[in-house]
Amino acid sequence: MKQFFAFIKKEFYHIFRDTWTMVILLILPMVMLILFGYALSTEVKNAGFAVYDPSKDSATEQITHRLDVSEYFYLYDVLTSPEQVEEVLKGGRVSFVIVFSEDFYNNMVHTGEAAIHLIMDGTDPNTAVTINNYVSNIILGYQQELLDRATLPYKINILQKFLYNPEMKSSYNFVPGVMGMIIMLVCAMMTSISIAREKETGTMEILLVSPMKPLVIILSKVVPYFFLSCINLITILLMAVFLFKVPVAGNLFALLIVSLLYIFVSLAIGLLISSVANSQIVALLISGMALMMPVMYLSGMMFPIENMPIFLQGMAQLLPAKWYITAVKNIMIKGLGFAAILKELGVLSLMALALITLSLKKFKTRLE
Amino acid sequence: MTVIQADKLTKRFGKFTAVDHISFEVKKGEIFGFLGANGAGKTTAMRMLCGLSKASSGLGRVAGFDIQKESEKIKKVIGYMSQKFSLYEDLTVRENIRLYAGIYGIPEKEISPKTDLLLENLGFSSEKNTLVKALPLGWKQKLSFSVAIFHDPVIVFLDEPTGGVDPSTRRQFWELIYDASQRGITVFVTTHYMDEAEYCDRVSIMVDGRIDAMDSPTNLKKQFQSPSMDGVFQQLARKAKRQAD
Amino acid sequence: MAESKYQMNRIMVQGHNIFRKYGKVQALSDISFEVMEGEIFGVIGPDGAGKTTLFRILTTLLLADQGQAMVNGFDVVEDYTSIRKKIGYMPGKFSLYQDLTVQENLDFFATVFNTTIEENYHLIRDIYVQLEPFKSRRAGALSGGMKQKLALCCALIHKPEILFLDEPTTGVDPVSRREFWEMLGKLKAQGITIIVSTPYMDEAEKCDRIALIQGGSFIQIDTPENIKDGYANPLYAVSSESMYALLKDLRSCERVKSCYPFGDAHHVTFFDDSFTSEDLEKFLQSKGHNDNNISKIRPTIEDCFMNLSSPGDAS
Repeated sequence: MKQFFAFIKKEFYHIFRDTWTMVILLILPMVMLILFGYALSTEVKNAGFAVYDPSKDSATEQITHRLDVSEYFYLYDVLTSPEQVEEVLKGGRVSFVIVFSEDFYNNMVHTGEAAIHLIMDGTDPNTAVTINNYVSNIILGYQQELLDRATLPYKINILQKFLYNPEMKSSYNFVPGVMGMIIMLVCAMMTSISIAREKETGTMEILLVSPMKPLVIILSKVVPYFFLSCINLITILLMAVFLFKVPVAGNLFALLIVSLLYIFVSLAIGLLISSVANSQIVALLISGMALMMPVMYLSGMMFPIENMPIFLQGMAQLLPAKWYITAVKNIMIKGLGFAAILKELGVLSLMALALITLSLKKFKTRLE
Repeated sequence: MTVIQADKLTKRFGKFTAVDHISFEVKKGEIFGFLGANGAGKTTAMRMLCGLSKASSGLGRVAGFDIQKESEKIKKVIGYMSQKFSLYEDLTVRENIRLYAGIYGIPEKEISPKTDLLLENLGFSSEKNTLVKALPLGWKQKLSFSVAIFHDPVIVFLDEPTGGVDPSTRRQFWELIYDASQRGITVFVTTHYMDEAEYCDRVSIMVDGRIDAMDSPTNLKKQFQSPSMDGVFQQLARKAKRQAD
Repeated sequence: MAESKYQMNRIMVQGHNIFRKYGKVQALSDISFEVMEGEIFGVIGPDGAGKTTLFRILTTLLLADQGQAMVNGFDVVEDYTSIRKKIGYMPGKFSLYQDLTVQENLDFFATVFNTTIEENYHLIRDIYVQLEPFKSRRAGALSGGMKQKLALCCALIHKPEILFLDEPTTGVDPVSRREFWEMLGKLKAQGITIIVSTPYMDEAEKCDRIALIQGGSFIQIDTPENIKDGYANPLYAVSSESMYALLKDLRSCERVKSCYPFGDAHHVTFFDDSFTSEDLEKFLQSKGHNDNNISKIRPTIEDCFMNLSSPGDAS
């Protein structure tokens, strides 16, 4: 036991005395969260739009006004001919153009049908989808009001509602993803690098030659990073709730349990990497390239898994991050509890068991 | 002709004076041994002369250029080799030579014949397409030295060039140094092998940032009444107050 | 080296026909030797000769492809845990935690080896006294000599019976090297068996017995004195005013078998005894060297090493 504590103390000295380690451990997660939150967000704020309105009646003006005063859009230009539509979109100052049909109000009242054309700048499909949703919501809202006041029942057609993320806030999507990524990064990369460093400086030779048991060496490497990851988890959650206003709708306890399990899995992966990597740079490359890339692209964090080819979907099932992110979404956003994440908990537990067994087996009592 | 001139050259790091008012001159073609215990300030002094580090005070001229103001010009006319800085391991012998020839701007048409000559002199012709990492250490060090003087520098700085090299290769290495010196290249060398100090025309011994002794090996041995340079070194370096830095 | 008060009759370390390959390189081939209790056994040879590989096999860190090795009566493969409790090891690369202080490093290694600094203080006292003024300094900020001393302290802290020191003095200045060897002498007097490797031939003289290693093979194992006695040809030290010209002229003399620069003199051997130092003097004068100094000398280990290692194989 004394060996174990002495070792952990030493690990903390390493961590606290190296500025860069501290930066990567504590600052990087925050920076990543903020980056994903603002820079990479598909949320729309203050996008310009133009209007071509041949009817110029009360309905079209109301709709235009509502779009203009919303926090998402502002009216950039009023067009006088349909030919101008393409031109103004090409100019890049507007993200979409609203084109009303002629006799809009009349048509709506009398036939119950009126057409609005929404012409989007599709260069960034993600943003375009978001804009489309916002605009539709605003127009539907207006229609709803009209219906409420109307004495005659108009034909009611679309009633659209976004489940779980009514405003399509992208932070709802990225927070669980970033959590999955940061925990993997900190745990796998930092543990594997710190073990590889001991191999590089030759201290591992001395430790191996000492009477210390391999299990003790492994555990003492894991504990400090487990502890730091918990701190990270708390920071991320606090930032998510207070900075990005993503609520923890479900069972907080369940969220913590699944996170601890995921941290454990990530640490086991770090150990596994370190049994292969003999230098810090190799450890960094493996954890960086072989882990981060799939986590970013395959875990469902950036692209929906359902849209991937079957082969990649299969690959995604093997990623702990995929299961973790699903579980976090279920709890944080859908507001569910333990019952909803039993499958995820099960899969992650199995992975943890398999990985830790494997890395204990692979941990060499000799140099090679 | 004087090619290195140091006048009260000093380097301070905060309160710590790593190099403390050292003054000396080295003549063209001389083999100058720059000795001292670990931490005596050799590396710092050498870095200042190579233009890699700015002196805190004092003057220095290398190949006629001021080390404070004309360090870029200095870099063009010196060669440098250390035990650690060797060659690119994953390039072949030939590719390494070409690379350094290119870095020092040797005209394209001169490179090829010069490379052949070099390889022949070293007896490496058969290994010209071998990756450097496959060469034995002693070969690497000889090649590394030849590359460092490929552009015919005025001075070549050697930082512990023979550490860990086997006895016969170590001697071949010194023959390369003699040869370079005969061609007029000034050799400025640090070493921990005291027998190698004997090969130098003159030797300076640094203790705690100062030069405590400087003369030919023969004169130093007379002055300190010691049969070997090792004895001279031990007498001087044992006086050092500075243990660790 | 002074005679140890311990009788050298127990074999502490032995190797039998050890072979080991690294990829295509035969790092060790057919290594056999024995080290007695209380002995300082030197493994002397240049970088890349296989010293580190041998040390790793003996310290149970690496498996040999062929052959057996025993340390303190235990097999390095089967009983490696028993061996690990009994040995102290200082790997070649400086191997302490650079970001921990002197004191923290010592404390850590003491704990790892289930002991305390106080318990074995008598073993490290002489060395530790010199380190004490810097005990709160980070190991990375120590000079080369000081680092070696700290590493030795850490290797000694659990009172090992056998000490494996892989190139402890490489890159260390002559003064620190001498001090280091003085410390080894004291440890030997306490009965610790020491196996040490070095590329510095002059350090061979400080060992009880040495093995000269080149290209993965031991080229000779014996006491330094016996190795020097075994030098076949008479050896002469030759010096004159112009040493480089002298070297070239000596090489040009067809009666000269070998000629190597050795500090202030060149060491020269002749093909046969019919050529004498007087003959050489005449030859050198004919080449314009006056003021020559020719004397017969006893060879050093370095002379022997160069003589024994096959020419052309110099790597």
